[in-house]
Amino acid sequence: MKIYGVALLAACFLMGKLLGRLLGHLINIDSDIGGVGFAMFLLMTSSIYLRKKKWLVLETEKGIWFWSSMYIPIIVAMTSTLNVKAALSGGFLAIILGISATAVCMLMVPLISKIGREKSIDSPKK
Amino acid sequence: MEIIDTIIGKNGLVFAFLCVGIIMLFSSWFSKYITNKKIPGVAIAIIIGLSLAFLGDEKGISNIPLFAGMALLGGPMLRDFAVVATAMSADLSKIRQAGLAGLVSLLIGVFISFTMGVLIGLSMGYTNIESLTTIGAGACTYIVGPVTGTAIGASSDVIAISVATGVVKTIFATIGTPLIAKKIQLDNPHAAIVFGGLVGTTSGVVAGLAATDEELVPYGALTSTFYTGIGCLLCPSLFYVILRVIYL
Repeated sequence: MKIYGVALLAACFLMGKLLGRLLGHLINIDSDIGGVGFAMFLLMTSSIYLRKKKWLVLETEKGIWFWSSMYIPIIVAMTSTLNVKAALSGGFLAIILGISATAVCMLMVPLISKIGREKSIDSPKK
Repeated sequence: MEIIDTIIGKNGLVFAFLCVGIIMLFSSWFSKYITNKKIPGVAIAIIIGLSLAFLGDEKGISNIPLFAGMALLGGPMLRDFAVVATAMSADLSKIRQAGLAGLVSLLIGVFISFTMGVLIGLSMGYTNIESLTTIGAGACTYIVGPVTGTAIGASSDVIAISVATGVVKTIFATIGTPLIAKKIQLDNPHAAIVFGGLVGTTSGVVAGLAATDEELVPYGALTSTFYTGIGCLLCPSLFYVILRVIYL
């Protein structure tokens, strides 16, 4: 049943949010510290575990896949409800930052590519 | 007219499904036939969403009663729920294939983007820690920005800036990748794995690699599917706390 998948997703989601809140409480910050990230990690690990146990059937997974495929439409809906008029002055920041962050990361490619490469491709040289 | 108003007023969420569906349909058509797939449909859809928000005020288009349902569909609860669900497509057993270089590129990619966001945000006069963290998170992807911003309580206009930054990143990655590919030696699977981890914005990485060399797409996608998750984990926690410590 698809609802099993949705329920599993809900369990991971709530657990993650709880962990995020607890962590925030622990370090005296009144906010959710990484809750979504924890929830994603929980979903990844629990789905691997349940697959191994053969408890996670396709029909159950479909309940999660549906929500996974809804995330772009939901993000689009969210963007239409943001306070863009107040953000207009930051439009320049968005363009500068978007371009420069991407460019710097791209230029790092040759450097990071050196890691672990000898083993796979250049081994005859050694 | 009154009857229609009542029907939509009472079924706002359902009407929002219809509206977003139409936006998605139009933007994928626009991407395919007008931009020749040069700009991903996702980026166009988000730009349409941001422009629609100009029709309203503080709460964007949902200030107009007819479109109040958009605030339900795009609210933080459903958004975080759907973002968590995307973790299903990130196969943890495959991270081993990506190897050490994949992992390093992911961590460095998130770190560089976040740091640049904070620095450029600071230089443009943002001093509030929550705003800086959100702008830094937006420099990762357009998902990490709003997820982080809502979690730590940033204002709606800063969240809008973070989304816009993520969209610029996606578009720039799509257009820039084929142009810069030779210079950064992006011509083999290993480099594509590293590229996916560093740039991270999945739709931009996939579209950019497709324009460079179709065969590299799955390698870039392998690492970039983890990027948003790692960003959502690190930005509102470790990075936010570090910023607070530096500031206090």
